[in-house]
Amino acid sequence: MNGESRLSLHPLLADPEGLRARLRPVAGRHRKERIFYFLCLAVSGMAVLILAALFGAITLMGIATFSWKFLTAPPSPAAEESGMYPAIMGSVWVVLLAMLTALPLGTASAILLEEYRPRSPLMRRIQHIIELNITNLAGVPSVVYGILGLTVFVYMFPLFDGTGKPVREWGVVYYDQFYNEADTVLLVPVNTLDAPPVQPKTGMLAFDADFHPVNLQVIGEDDPWPEDPERARVTLRETDMGGRISEKTWYYFCLPFGRGVLAGALTLGLVILPTIIIVAREALRAVPDSLREGAFALGASRWQTIYRVTLPAALPGIMTGSILAMSRAIGEAAPLIMISGIVFLTNPPRHLMDDFTVMPLQIFNWAQRPQTDFHALAASGIIVLLAILLVFNSIALLIRQRYQKPLS
Amino acid sequence: MIALCVTDMNELKPKTTLDMPLSPESRVRGRAVRRFRRGIEWLILALLGSSTGITLLVTAAIIMVLGVETVLFFRQEEVSVGEFFFSLQWNPLLGGEKHFGIWPLLTGTLMISVIGLAVAVPMGLITAIYLSEYAHPKIRAVLKPALELLAGIPTVVYGFFALAFITPLLKWFHEGFNSYNALSAGIAVGILIIPIVSSIAEDAMRAVPNALREGVYGLGGTRFDAAVKVVFPAALSGIVAAVLLAMARAVGETMVVALASGSTPRLAYDPRLETQTMTGFMVQMAMGDVSNFGVEYYSLYAVAATLFVMTFSLTLLGAWVRRRYQEKYE
Repeated sequence: MNGESRLSLHPLLADPEGLRARLRPVAGRHRKERIFYFLCLAVSGMAVLILAALFGAITLMGIATFSWKFLTAPPSPAAEESGMYPAIMGSVWVVLLAMLTALPLGTASAILLEEYRPRSPLMRRIQHIIELNITNLAGVPSVVYGILGLTVFVYMFPLFDGTGKPVREWGVVYYDQFYNEADTVLLVPVNTLDAPPVQPKTGMLAFDADFHPVNLQVIGEDDPWPEDPERARVTLRETDMGGRISEKTWYYFCLPFGRGVLAGALTLGLVILPTIIIVAREALRAVPDSLREGAFALGASRWQTIYRVTLPAALPGIMTGSILAMSRAIGEAAPLIMISGIVFLTNPPRHLMDDFTVMPLQIFNWAQRPQTDFHALAASGIIVLLAILLVFNSIALLIRQRYQKPLS
Repeated sequence: MIALCVTDMNELKPKTTLDMPLSPESRVRGRAVRRFRRGIEWLILALLGSSTGITLLVTAAIIMVLGVETVLFFRQEEVSVGEFFFSLQWNPLLGGEKHFGIWPLLTGTLMISVIGLAVAVPMGLITAIYLSEYAHPKIRAVLKPALELLAGIPTVVYGFFALAFITPLLKWFHEGFNSYNALSAGIAVGILIIPIVSSIAEDAMRAVPNALREGVYGLGGTRFDAAVKVVFPAALSGIVAAVLLAMARAVGETMVVALASGSTPRLAYDPRLETQTMTGFMVQMAMGDVSNFGVEYYSLYAVAATLFVMTFSLTLLGAWVRRRYQEKYE
């Protein structure tokens, strides 16, 4: 098709006389042109200016409280002693687990949508619906995913009673903890969290503070305290009451998940899944067909072609996209606030079901407080967050420049 | 030519291995290998299909969860469908009489979104025109990454920026501003969605063929004429889609409003005062750790369902406008 017939398709140009009439009477068109140009320049410059103001303001507010201690200390009610170590570790756990779930799922979906083009009209329609659905999922506000995660992962609503309390547990031992008059700790194992309190009896198995098994000696309320220190170490009085404590292993697991790391990570995985599918599809689409055809011509099957040819060629693109999706996940706060709720923690997570906080939540917590001391902390936290994002984006850029060689 | 080929083929034929008889065992083995390979292919297809099915499952789960819990919300004694849609008070937490009218939250959401769009649409569109029609490659090389950077900054950062920078600035201009106010949050939301508007609109304008611009120049038009009178109308479907998507994003924006706009739902249109949005209410509930089955807990789902319906229809509308009104030039 030549240029003229293409032009004639547009209504404004189909009628050159009309357009000329519209253009001609405007006096000082060139002045208007220049004014508009400067308007454009000014407005576009505003974007850069806003960015500069944002970085400048945050650096000015946060640089004073930014130190090595800030990175390694837990948050504290005293602003000057606060740090964000638990939040940093929480982010690492949650984001890595989220990527671990979303990346295989997203890449697999992208491969199916991009490499297995259906021929039958029915399958085509289904594919179209799936594509539209992914576009829609990408537009769902992340806070709605938070609600979804709260119901499906935290409470597992239809399956359990809906309180979020653990119903089935693995990798945990409960103890009743006693302090005796010789000031030693004695732990008596019990079966469940809700078991009735232990009545100490002679000969009962217990553990001392170093988890060595000992046999309890129980004496009456008014009996004299034994002289022998070895014996006194394992002696309790009949009336002593213990406190319930739990010893959770690193592989502790429970159902429903509760407000823990795993629930947060799965929710975050759902948030970034559409993004990963979209970028992985783009990366696969950028692989020229000649490579696929070459593989087919050599007798490779469809999966062999994908696994040995298409996927390696698309890998830099998929990696770049995933890193960008990951930087979105690091900054995401809304879904995780629905999951974790509490945002003041002094310990990093120790197992998949542990309470957690992440960097944006810690920043939110500090920014929410009325005292300006904490605002400075929030600004410091933002500096850390932005620095991490900057590193991630640079890595993505590096991969893009280094490995994305023209394939056709 | 064809004859030549045929003679070539005939010459080749004796050299091929096809004449060599395959042993029956190797034929069976070959068939087994082929069947195994085909089995693997099907297995992999099934795996890929099930992971793609998860995306459909997610949508189904969202609709199910929000639907079921919203129905449970309306079954509660304290609420009725009529009250939810027509009462003008939202007061689920404080003791005394509880009210569940969505309007205060809805108007709060709309006010902040409209402020955001009022900031982002002019700025985003003019930036898009500049990038697509005017910008020198060198300026483009600065401006594009700056916009991408704006798009990549976490929303909680914008919330803090609104609270700690924009609000004091507004207070300095005018004393009537509350420490938490709708305007500050709206401006921050606007900054947040500028990159969405500008990038989608720019793509739409770049898709307009150069022949149209050359037509304008050929008729003596300036670049302003080309950009505003020809390219802009030609790309209108993409631009409308960009605005709709930005609106969906503004409606669902959470951390900015949770930080900067306060937590008093009110049915008033004064942007200087505290306002609560739907998302703001959801965060407030999450912070309050409401984990029982009271009516407040279910109200969370009713609000989320309203939010989901709004953003879902905006996204669908955007996709539809883009497809339906797209002008094709080839």
